[in-house]
Amino acid sequence: MSEEKRVGIVLVSHSAEVAASVAAMAKGLAGGAEAVPVAPAGGTEGGGVGTSAELVAAAAASVDRGAGVALITDLGSAVLTVKALLAEGDELPEGSRLVDAPFVEGAVAAVVTAATGADLDAVEAAATEAYGYRKT
Amino acid sequence: MLDADFFRRWMTATAASVNREAQRLTALDAAIGDADHGSNLQRGFTAVLAGLEKEAPDTPGAVLTLAGRRLISTVGGASGPLYGTLLRRAGKALGDGAEVSEEQLAQALRAGVDGVMALGGAALGDKTMIDALSPAVDALADGFPAARSAAEEGAVATVPLQARKGRASYLGERSIGHQDPGATSSALLIAALEEAAAGASGE
Repeated sequence: MSEEKRVGIVLVSHSAEVAASVAAMAKGLAGGAEAVPVAPAGGTEGGGVGTSAELVAAAAASVDRGAGVALITDLGSAVLTVKALLAEGDELPEGSRLVDAPFVEGAVAAVVTAATGADLDAVEAAATEAYGYRKT
Repeated sequence: MLDADFFRRWMTATAASVNREAQRLTALDAAIGDADHGSNLQRGFTAVLAGLEKEAPDTPGAVLTLAGRRLISTVGGASGPLYGTLLRRAGKALGDGAEVSEEQLAQALRAGVDGVMALGGAALGDKTMIDALSPAVDALADGFPAARSAAEEGAVATVPLQARKGRASYLGERSIGHQDPGATSSALLIAALEEAAAGASGE
C-alpha cells in the first residue's frame, strides 16, 4: 500500500493553529490515513496571522509524492498567495492545484478521498462537493 | 530611456515612502481592514531592497521581477501577492532589454494592473488599489507627475465608495467614508516614479 503514490494535501490558513488542527482532524476522521501526506501551512513565518509563501511552498514540496498536490485555503491572502505561486510556474511542485472548497469540510473530504488512492481530479471533486453539504 | 538604476531608485523611493507613511497606512487599514497594511508593506519593501542588493539584477525587467517575487514571499497579507503580481508581470513584460522607454513602462504596468485585476477579481470602483493604479497608468503617457496626480486623486476618490473586495467588503456600507489603504499605498508607489526620475537628472 505504501508503494502507491498518494495525492498530497496542503492546508493553507491565516492561522498556524487552524491549519495544524484541521490537518490533524482530517487525518483523524479519515481513520488515521497514515499513507496520505498532509501538511499545514498556517500563519506567517514570524508566527503571526497571515500567509507565508515560503511556508506554502515548503509544505507543498513536503507532501509531493508525484501524484499531484491539492492546496486548500481559507480566505483572502491565503487564496491570493497560492494563485500567485501557481502563476509563478516553478514555485510549487508539478501537478499542484488550488482546490475550490470550504476549508474544514473540504480538507476532510480530500484526505478521506486521497486515502483511497484516488487521483487528484477525484480528490478535488470530493473537496469541492463539500460545498453542497447543507446543515439545515 | 530608463535603465536598471532607474528601477532600483523607484523601489528605493517606494520603500522610503512606505516607511514614512507606514503608520498612516496601518491607521487607514485599522478603520476598514486588519490594521497591518503599513507594517506588511514595510516588511515587503525592506526585503525587496535586500534582494536587489544581494542579487544585483542588471535589467529593468529583472529588477521588477525580483521585487515582485520578494513581495509575494514576504508581505504576509493579500497586498503581497497583489503588489507582487503587479511588479512581476510588469517585469516580465519589459523583457531583457538594458533600457526601456517610458511608453514601454506604461504598457508593462498596464499588463501588471491587468494581472492584479485577474488575480483579485477587482474592477474599477471596488475601493481597491486598482482605483489608484488604473488611472495612473492611463496618465503615464503625460509623464510621471501626471501619473502621480491621477493616482493620488484615485486614492482620495475611494473615500465615498463601498468596498466590494477584500476584508473591507465584509463591512458593507460601513466601509463608506474611509480612504482605501491599498489605493493609498498604490499612490505612494506611483509617486515614487517621479522621485526616481528626479534622481537621474541630478547625476
